[in-house]
Amino acid sequence: MGSHTTESSFRVIGTRPIRHDGVEKVTGRAKYGADYYVAGMLHGKVLRSPHAHARIKSIDFSRALALPGVKAVVTGKDLPEGENKTVPLGEMTVNPRYLGQNILARDKVLYYGHAVAAVAAISPHIAEQALELIEVDYEVLPPVLSVEQAMAEGAPILHPDLRNEELGDVPTNVAKHVVLTRGDVEAGFREAHFIVEREFRTSMVHQGYIEPHNALAIYNADGKATIYCSTQGPFEVRGMSAAVLGLPVGSIKVVPAEIGGGFGGKTTVYLEPLALLLAMKTGQPVKMVMTRSEVLRATGPTSGSLIRVKMGCTKEGKITAAKIWMAYEAGAFPGSPVGAATMTVLAPYAIPNVQIDGYDVVVNKPKTAAYRAPGATNAAFAAETVIDELAELCGIDPLDIRILNGAREGTPHPAGPPYRRIGFIETCEAIKASEHYRSNLEGPNRGRGVASGFWFNAGMQSAAVVNIHLDGTASVVTGSPDIGGTRAACAMIAAEVLGLNVEDVRPVVTDTDSIGHTDVTGGSRVTFATGMAVFRAAEDALAQLKERAAKLWECKVEEVEFRDGKFYCKTNNATPLSVSELAKRLPRLGGPVTGRATVNARGVGPSFATCCIDVEVDPETGRVQILRCTVAQDAGRAIHPAYVEGQMQGGTAQGIGWALNEEYIYDSDGHLMNSTLLDYRMPTCPDLPMIETIIVEVPNPGHPLGVRGVGEVSIVPPPAAIANAVYRAVGVRMTELPMSPARLWKAIAQKESTRSGLGRAQHG
Amino acid sequence: MHEFTYVAPSSVEEIVQFLAQHREKARPFCGGTDILVQMRSGVRRPSYLLDVKTAPETRLFEFDPAKGLRIGAAVPCADVSADPAVRRYYPGLAEAANLIGSVQIRNRASLGGNLANASPAADTVPALIALGAKAVLRSVQGQREVPVEGFVTAPGRTILNADEVITEFVIPPPQRGGADAYLRFVPRNEMDIAVAGVGVFVKMEGQRCVEARIVLGAVGPTQIVASEAMAYLRGRTLNEGVVSHAAELAAQAASPIDDVRGTREFRRHLVAVLTRRSLLAAAKRAQANQS
Repeated sequence: MGSHTTESSFRVIGTRPIRHDGVEKVTGRAKYGADYYVAGMLHGKVLRSPHAHARIKSIDFSRALALPGVKAVVTGKDLPEGENKTVPLGEMTVNPRYLGQNILARDKVLYYGHAVAAVAAISPHIAEQALELIEVDYEVLPPVLSVEQAMAEGAPILHPDLRNEELGDVPTNVAKHVVLTRGDVEAGFREAHFIVEREFRTSMVHQGYIEPHNALAIYNADGKATIYCSTQGPFEVRGMSAAVLGLPVGSIKVVPAEIGGGFGGKTTVYLEPLALLLAMKTGQPVKMVMTRSEVLRATGPTSGSLIRVKMGCTKEGKITAAKIWMAYEAGAFPGSPVGAATMTVLAPYAIPNVQIDGYDVVVNKPKTAAYRAPGATNAAFAAETVIDELAELCGIDPLDIRILNGAREGTPHPAGPPYRRIGFIETCEAIKASEHYRSNLEGPNRGRGVASGFWFNAGMQSAAVVNIHLDGTASVVTGSPDIGGTRAACAMIAAEVLGLNVEDVRPVVTDTDSIGHTDVTGGSRVTFATGMAVFRAAEDALAQLKERAAKLWECKVEEVEFRDGKFYCKTNNATPLSVSELAKRLPRLGGPVTGRATVNARGVGPSFATCCIDVEVDPETGRVQILRCTVAQDAGRAIHPAYVEGQMQGGTAQGIGWALNEEYIYDSDGHLMNSTLLDYRMPTCPDLPMIETIIVEVPNPGHPLGVRGVGEVSIVPPPAAIANAVYRAVGVRMTELPMSPARLWKAIAQKESTRSGLGRAQHG
Repeated sequence: MHEFTYVAPSSVEEIVQFLAQHREKARPFCGGTDILVQMRSGVRRPSYLLDVKTAPETRLFEFDPAKGLRIGAAVPCADVSADPAVRRYYPGLAEAANLIGSVQIRNRASLGGNLANASPAADTVPALIALGAKAVLRSVQGQREVPVEGFVTAPGRTILNADEVITEFVIPPPQRGGADAYLRFVPRNEMDIAVAGVGVFVKMEGQRCVEARIVLGAVGPTQIVASEAMAYLRGRTLNEGVVSHAAELAAQAASPIDDVRGTREFRRHLVAVLTRRSLLAAAKRAQANQS
C-alpha cells in the first residue's frame, strides 16, 4: 500500500475540483444513448402485454409486416430458449432462460407491459403503427399480485417448472427461502423486558432515472456487432446479450453512452438484445428508445415487501433478540434482493439472538432490478421503526439505543466474519453532536425522527490504464460508466500519485474492446475498486517514469526518488525534473509510458449512515412536509467531498420519495395505474429541504486510500426516520409505505376517533 | 405519434376559417401542455394543430376597474399570475394560475387551453367560475359569450362547437367587499394535479356574507357549483361554525371517484377542509376590500 499517500501529504484528494465531464453536460454536448444516429438506421418499437398473466395462444403479425416501411417483426420464438440455470455475471447471477423470457415473452406473459413482439421500421411512427396491426390471442389467467396471494395454497403458478429446495418437486411461486440464525432467539426473548412485534408493508418503487432505456445495435456481415446504450455495465450488456441471443461474447462490442441516471436499474438488459436481434434480421442498424410509460411498466422496480419484526430488549435498552420474517416480490422472475435484506436488516447492531427468514416470491409484476442498496431500505423501515419504539419504551434517546447496541470492530456481521474497523457508532455520534439534533423543534404537529442503515458495498473486477502524454498530461482509461462523479475521483487519484494537477488528467470511460474486464458500476464499487486499479496503474506509470529518469541520469532506478511532484537523483546533482519535464524526453528514453493495473478487489469496507429528519404534518390532510434533514455517513476517505455529499443527498432524496409518495399502484386485474411521472410521484425540488451532510471518515483498512463505497447507504434510513418523526408529530406509527396523505390522514382520523371514544373522526 | 400538420394562423379570422373547413380534424392549442401528451399517448389524433397564440387577439390583457378584466385565451398562466391587477383584484385566479404544473409549464399553459381541455381537475376553471367569468367564442358564424360555468359537460367534453375557438375571457369588475380564493390539495409542492380543488368568491358587508360562490374541482365529472353551501352562507356572519357547516355542505355536493390520485372518502373530506380554508382566506381579503 502506498506509503506516500499518508493524510498529511494529500495534495489533490479531499479537494473539490470541477468535474471533468461538467462542461459537456451543462452545454448539452455530452452524448447520451438517444443522441446516436447512424446512416440507414431503423427504429424499433415493442408490443407489450395488456394483461398481467396470460397464455399466448397465437401471434399474427402478417399485417404489420405488410405495412410499407416495416422491415422486421420478432417474437419470443426468435430467441433461443436459453439454459434454465443460474450463472454468475458480475455483481449478480443470471438465468439465461428467464432473462430471455423477460426480453420477449415465450409462452406466457407474466406482467402488464411484458414485451410480446418487436418491430423495426424506417421511422418510429411507422413502427408504432405496425404494433397496432399485430394480433395476439391471449388466454387470460388469474393474476398473482401480492406475496400473500403468491404463497397461499392453491395460488395460480407463474412458472410451472419453478422449484425450491425446501419444498422439493412441487410447483411453487417461492423461488427461495433463506434463513439466518444466531444464538437462541426464544431464550433471548425470555431475557427481554420489552418486546415489540409489528408488521410492515411496502410497495414496489422505481429507481426513477430520468433517461429512459435506449440501444442502438449495428450488426455487420462478418458477424461482429456493436451496441451503443445507456448502461451501468457494458461488460454485463455484452455477456447478457450474447447469452440471450446465443452469440459468442467476443462478437459483441458495447459502447457505454453518457448515462442519465441508473441507481441499479441499468445493470441488466431490456432493449439491447432486441435491437441486436432486429439488426441481425434486417442487416440495418436499429435504434430503440423506451417511453416513460414503458420504463415504469417494464423495467426496474425494486420489490414490494411484507415484513414482520419481533424485537426485545432489557429495561436499559440492550436488544436481546430479534425475529424477522420477510417476503419480497421478485416480480415475474425469481431474484428479489431478499437475501441482501436478511443480511442488512440488523447489520448495524450486535444482537446475540437472531432468527431471520426471507422468501423470494414471484408475482405478476415487472421483474425487479437492483435499486440503490437493494433490499435494505424496506428492511430498515421495519427494523428501525421497531428500534425507535423500544427506545421510547425504555425512555432513552433513539440515538443512544443505537449506540448502546451498535456494531463495532470485532462485532460479528450477521452473515459473515467480524467487522474490521467500521464507522457506525461515529455516524450516530455525528448526528447526536450536530446543531440540527441539538436544536429545539417547536410548533404543533412537528416531530423529529432518526434511523440508521447499512450497506455492504462491493469489490469485484476492474481494470485501469494510465497514459502519460508527451506534454506531461495524462489520461486515465477505465470501463466504469460514471453515475456519480467517479471520473473525477479516478482522475484525482491518478493526479495524487503522479503529482499532476487534476485538470491535466483526463478521465475516459471506454468500450468493452478497449479495456480489461470491468464489472458493473454498482455496489458503490467504482471509487473503491476501479479507484484501486487506477491507484495501482498510476503507481505502475510512476515506476516506469523512474526507470526513464534513471536512464537519463545514468544511475540506478533505486537512486531515483519522487517527491512533491518531482524526480530527484539521490546520488548526483542532476536538476530535478517534474513529470511534464520528464515526459518531453520520453521519445529519446524508450518511448511512451503507459501504466496498467487490474484488480479483483478485496478489502471492501461497509458503509453506515444515520439520518435525522424533522417533519410537519397537516393532520387535516395527512400531508407531510420535510422541514430539515441531516445525514451522516461513513465514507472511509472522501476523495471528492462534494460528490460524496451529492451521493448522500441523492440517496436521501430517493429515500424521502419512497417514504412519502412513490409506489406502484395496481388495479385488481394487475394493470399498473400510474405509469407516468405525474402519478408516480417522485419528490421535486420544492418538496425537499437542502439536505445537510456530515461526512464521517473512518478509513477502510482494506483500501490503500481508506476508501469505502458511498453511493448507496444513504437511501436506507429516510423511510424509518420519517415514520419515527411522524409518530412524534401526530402520535401514529405508520407501518406501510408510502406514508401518502390519504393513508396518514386515515391513520390520524382513526386514532382521533379511538381517543374521543365516540367512534367518529374529528376532522373537517 | 401520428403525423399531423402544424398551422400558425396570424389572426382569429384565419383560425375560424380553418376550423370551418376542417372542423374535428383541427385542434386549436396554445401551450401544448395537454394536447401533446394526449397525442403521444394516442388519446387524440388531430390532423391539424392550430396554434392559437400566433393570433395577436388571443394575447389581449386589459384591466379596467369599471369594466373588469379581459384576458386573451392564449395568455400564459405565468403572465396571469404575475399581473399586478390580477394579484390585487382577483387573487384567487392568480393562485390558481400559479399552481399549474411547474414554472416551465406555466410559461406555456393558458387559461383557454385549461378550459378547452375540460379536465375535472383543471385549476383555473373553478377560480373562473367563482368569479362569474365568461368565455368569448368565435366562429365564422360570429361571436358568442358564454359563462365558464356549464362550459365543461363531461371529462374532455365541452359546449364548444367543432368550428369554434375560445378567444378571450371576460371577468366582472371587482366589487367593494368582494374577494376570491383558490386552494387545492396535492401530495407534492409542484408538478402535480389536484386531488381536490376549491375556488370561492365571497362578498362581505361587515362580518356578514351577502354573496358566496363555491366551486369544486376534481371531485366530479365536471366542476361542481356547491349551491346549497352558497345559499346557506348568504346573510350569515362568517364565524368558524358557519364556515365549517358550509364546508360540510360543500363536501356533500361533491361526487368524487376512487382513482390513483385519491379515494372517494379522502376527496370528500378534502373538499370540506379546502372549502373551510378558502372561505376563511377569501373572507379576510373581502373585509380588507370594504374600505
